[in-house]
Amino acid sequence: MNSIRIYWVAFTTILIKEIRRFTRIWAQTLLPPAITMALYFVIFGNLIGSRIGEMGGFNYMQFIMPGLIMMSVITNSYSNVTSSFFSSKFQKSIEEMLVAPVPSWVILSGYILGGVTRGLLVGLIVTVLALFFTELTVHNLFITITVVFLTAVLFATGGFINALFARSFDDVTIIPTFVLTPLTYLGGVFYSIHLLPEFWQKASLFNPVLYMVNTFRYGILGVSDINPWAALAAICVFIVLLFGLALWLLEKGKGLRQ
Amino acid sequence: MKALSIQNLQKTYSNGFEALKGVSLDVAEGDFFALLGPNGAGKSTTLGIVCSLIRKTNGKVSIFGVDIDQDFAKAKQLIGVVPQEFNFGVFEKIEDIILTSAGYQGLTLKQARPRAEQLLHDLGLWDKRHAQARMLSGGMKRRLMIARALVHQPKLLILDEPTAGVDIELRRSMWSFMQDINRQGTTIILTTHYLEEAESLCRNIAIIDKGEIIKNTSMKALLGELTSETFVLDLITPLQENPVLTGFTTRLIDATTLEVEIKKEQSVSQVFALLLQQSIEVLSLRNKANRLEELFVSLVDKTAASDFKAEKTINKVSV
Repeated sequence: MNSIRIYWVAFTTILIKEIRRFTRIWAQTLLPPAITMALYFVIFGNLIGSRIGEMGGFNYMQFIMPGLIMMSVITNSYSNVTSSFFSSKFQKSIEEMLVAPVPSWVILSGYILGGVTRGLLVGLIVTVLALFFTELTVHNLFITITVVFLTAVLFATGGFINALFARSFDDVTIIPTFVLTPLTYLGGVFYSIHLLPEFWQKASLFNPVLYMVNTFRYGILGVSDINPWAALAAICVFIVLLFGLALWLLEKGKGLRQ
Repeated sequence: MKALSIQNLQKTYSNGFEALKGVSLDVAEGDFFALLGPNGAGKSTTLGIVCSLIRKTNGKVSIFGVDIDQDFAKAKQLIGVVPQEFNFGVFEKIEDIILTSAGYQGLTLKQARPRAEQLLHDLGLWDKRHAQARMLSGGMKRRLMIARALVHQPKLLILDEPTAGVDIELRRSMWSFMQDINRQGTTIILTTHYLEEAESLCRNIAIIDKGEIIKNTSMKALLGELTSETFVLDLITPLQENPVLTGFTTRLIDATTLEVEIKKEQSVSQVFALLLQQSIEVLSLRNKANRLEELFVSLVDKTAASDFKAEKTINKVSV
């Protein structure tokens, strides 16, 4: 019982530290996605979108809104953990945690929930911005909330693994730039895969981001290119796998202990 | 009760470097213990293993009877660590750094805040509590790490060069602080390059060199091994040549500075008497080097010399 209390205090300490970090540097963490997404809404949603017409039975602005929210959640939950954990490694402040009686799973959970909090907060900011351009209807609240939360958990966990392996600040930006960004842009944020030639439709099915964006879109609009329940199950499986891998690496002391 | 017990501790790094070759060491509860050694001798590796920053290859470590292989979490609660390098978030506020560290130890804000306030006062950081860590001077950063290490009231405090880069006045106030917490019952293990610091603070000492303990005894016993001391005399009477003082080895550094080696069985009074006979007046007198420093250098040099000898023998055999 005493251990559980200690772990709970340690967990909340890590979480509060993470929230304090990204709110302290809000001009780097919260403001840029708000500006970027506002520009997307103005340019793609309003200016170009009005000429595109309907997609999936909704106007273009309504169609891209779930994708843009999900895009900001993915990017921010991932990058929060990579930059925060790598900075702790770089400044050696991670040693504070390693010399304390904090188990690896508590460290991992604290960082992940820190990333999730930033991802969801940015998602909320983008949602509020979207309300200036379009109406928000929620088709299935459970799916909407579940998928956005699980996606944030998945990418925060991925970010943690990235940070464990990273040896320089360059290593922190490689995956987001060369893997995450292309997958997100090609993950059905701006279009329905039914617009693509058959080969690219099938190729798109290998993109995990497609499932998250479409499940979230299903939760909001009720339309999706894929089965949302299967997608939710797949996200859960990936979370378990990545969490297990991150925990194993942390226990092994990858990049932390000699 | 042993505060720390290390048995046959071995560490070989992934590059094949054997940093520890079977170190065994006991530190009694309440002790102020010095772990000394030249750079790369294995001090930080030993302490790194004790506080879990480095994984051991072999051996056994217990902290107040708690085996780190059995219950590392419990053992960690008993230790406070002040590392050699600054290891806090430089953009974080001083108070937050201490409270966060307390949180990692399972202390709630309600429990940690009064302790943090007391430590900030004791270490002269209270006025800076809302400043970011990067704004602090080197000495303040060192004190911050001490405050952070003490917030959970550890029974064993590990100080890895706590006064490096700190001016002499501040260093002395830190010594007094460390002596106070030792008197209150905290066992302290100190590594330092200021041997004067180890000599004046520590009751017991171990010297490690090339991954092996070459000396482990009380400070008093170690200093008792000193066979001679060299004193520097500032003279009032300028000299042209090195004076002959029967029974003493002397060296004239310049016209008014004379070095005299005084053996254990000899006295300073004898030197003064011999100088007076030659009408040489002395203005002041001081040790050439700290006593522990002289011993340390001779012990470490001895192992270096024996290694050199062994190397030469191997070379001869292989030729």
